[in-house]
Amino acid sequence: MRSLLVILLSAMLVDNFVLSKFMGICAFLGVSKKLDSAVGMGAAVTFVMACAALATYPIYTLILIPLGLEYLKTVAFILVIALFVQIVEMFLKKAVPPLYKALGVYLPLITTNCAVLGVTILNIDNSYNLGQSVVNAVGAGLGFSLALIIFSGVRQRVNAADTPAMFKGVPATLIAASIVSVSFMGFSGMFS
Amino acid sequence: MNFIIPALVFAAIGLLAGVLLTVCSKVFEVKTDERIDKVNEVLPQVNCGSCGFSGCAAYAEAIVKNGVATNLCNPGGSEVAKKVAEVMGVTAMETVPKIAVVRCSGDCNARSENKFEFDGVQSCKAAKRFYNGQSACAYGCLGYGDCIRECTHDAISIVDGVAKIDRSKCGGCGLCAKACPNQLIVVHDITNRVDVLCSSQDIGKNTRTACKNGCIGCKKCEKTCPFGAITVENNLARIDYSKCKNCGKCVAGCPTHAIHRCDGIVMVEKPAAPKPAATAEAPAPKPEVKAEAAPEAKAEAKTEETK
Repeated sequence: MRSLLVILLSAMLVDNFVLSKFMGICAFLGVSKKLDSAVGMGAAVTFVMACAALATYPIYTLILIPLGLEYLKTVAFILVIALFVQIVEMFLKKAVPPLYKALGVYLPLITTNCAVLGVTILNIDNSYNLGQSVVNAVGAGLGFSLALIIFSGVRQRVNAADTPAMFKGVPATLIAASIVSVSFMGFSGMFS
Repeated sequence: MNFIIPALVFAAIGLLAGVLLTVCSKVFEVKTDERIDKVNEVLPQVNCGSCGFSGCAAYAEAIVKNGVATNLCNPGGSEVAKKVAEVMGVTAMETVPKIAVVRCSGDCNARSENKFEFDGVQSCKAAKRFYNGQSACAYGCLGYGDCIRECTHDAISIVDGVAKIDRSKCGGCGLCAKACPNQLIVVHDITNRVDVLCSSQDIGKNTRTACKNGCIGCKKCEKTCPFGAITVENNLARIDYSKCKNCGKCVAGCPTHAIHRCDGIVMVEKPAAPKPAATAEAPAPKPEVKAEAAPEAKAEAKTEETK
């Protein structure tokens, strides 16, 4: 139980996918403009990560390893991730149309969000079992949401601030992202 | 034969995923009104936003879902309005075509010497940031053609340093109006044939030294207009089109020729007729107006003195 908690917290804070491992930056910068869409995107990514971890573990251990096809794990995992992204997309279109519109192109782009593929492959590399994999994925998803939510707040402040003209927009956003990332370095070495 | 097993495995996984997706698509099916797509096809896809919606697709959705008027598309005009009405099964509404007007007539013949020579980035926005541009008038056309680059109808050209709009080509979408850093371009109904082609809010003397064609805020037009459609605010005359009857008396009366008839080039109906009528009418009431205006002006001056 304790080890699961450690995995959850370290995936969330110490090895935060966006701010420490620098995965999923595209969605991180694209959807963090507003708090609402940041929360929605975080939830969608967390769901996809958890489902992907849940589905890729049996596929890897029960199908790929016995057949000696470990080298094809990337392809298999992307297939599974794409499946879940499609399902999330359909669900959002039906249940929460405003969020579906707000996320726009970034929703199908979860498919190519390397953070999701990263979680599934790291699960294999760390030889986690099924429970640990899912906890790790949920932790990574929550960490992604946390980064998105924190940064949407930072970004609203940055946009409201009177920045010099040459820093306005993307440059100020990127600098702010780097500072938020530095703040997450404070967690490094906490659980190891 | 090593490749057969992986291929079969992946085909199986793919098939499973496909079946799952089909089931999900049935469960999460969203019924969309097919008229939205049809209306969207009819719209010109300029995405200019002059209908008040964020794009052609958003306007199409608003028409079908909220029953918004079918004649709001300016670039499409009456033709598109008719097609949209056809799709929606309603009778077509009348459309008044819109047209863009550049509210500056300070061409290089009228304008005073430049304050300096600007050789930075050749765009209005850049020039505007650098001490409001090189021109003596801070409100006028900068002449670098930011509007031309926006125009999807190829209707704008720079003539003598001022943007001119070809009324036969203009679709009235208003993209140029958004591009102008001095907000000189307005889009209004094509039936509004008179406009004050100046945007200077300087006091009369400064406007006059900067440009011969500028509105000096003398209020003569205010008094000339028989319908009370013109008011001078911030040293600048503006016409209220709900009252204007296009009589053209203000055009004849303006001492700096800042008020123009805009329909000089192309009009839909009777291109030549309104012009002579206006000029013929104008000289007759002119002396009367002068006689009326003069005592008033004197009276005003007196009251100011007594104060």
